[in-house]
Amino acid sequence: MGLNRNVSLMTALRYKGQGPFLTFILHRIGGLGMAIFITVHLLASFLGGSGGRFVNNIYENWGFQIFIFFCVLFHAINGLRITILDLFPKLIPYHRQAITIEWVAFIAIYGFAVVTIIRTGLGG
Amino acid sequence: MATKSRNLSIAKRGLMSFETIMWVFTRLSALGMYALILFGLIGALIMGARNNMNFADVMRWGFMPNVTHVQNTDLPDTDPWASPFWKLTASALLIIAVGHGVHGLVVIADDYIATEKGRGIVRIISGVMILSMIGIALYLIWTS
Repeated sequence: MGLNRNVSLMTALRYKGQGPFLTFILHRIGGLGMAIFITVHLLASFLGGSGGRFVNNIYENWGFQIFIFFCVLFHAINGLRITILDLFPKLIPYHRQAITIEWVAFIAIYGFAVVTIIRTGLGG
Repeated sequence: MATKSRNLSIAKRGLMSFETIMWVFTRLSALGMYALILFGLIGALIMGARNNMNFADVMRWGFMPNVTHVQNTDLPDTDPWASPFWKLTASALLIIAVGHGVHGLVVIADDYIATEKGRGIVRIISGVMILSMIGIALYLIWTS
């Protein structure tokens, strides 16, 4: 049981889940990224010292901020779509349209965040 | 696909098991976090974020309204940002987020761990994680 799915890695990578599957896997990556980031960030802040400062300095770096903002904003916006569709199941037949709206909202908000982070990171 | 999408209302599906209740909790806690984050963003704008912070800093405050998250900004005075009011808001957001997040990790783990014993161990670890994360984070929020 468990991991034995009789599917090779290459077959899995060519899986034609399309848009809905992409949001599913990005939701997981975002959620896991946040869980790992927040756990380590809390422990680093709690333990302090040079190790804690080292970790939190990485987290304040603009490159890392771009990654964590992707995790948080994608998870939040995709999560709102999931919540709306699950609480109003009559909308589920329109989930592809909902995903299109979701991407428009995500690109607008995340794009603005990335531009801000890079401008600040480069001292602009 | 020829089959029709399943679109029963929540009331007709029934709320029988712990997992179903947690399924609903995950959705409702997401809405709760949205409400608290919007609350934090509006509070930040009232306290002067418009002139002294950039978009990313305001978002960082919104996701966790803790005063350490605004110390690198141009704010002249961060005292209002460290008030018990915001510490309470941060604590509420924290408790909801840890419950939502650790349950999410259990859901992911269940996709890879199929034995009853393994899933039991995952649940014990998740309980320990919820309590320790909330304890550490509450300490950090109220002492910062």
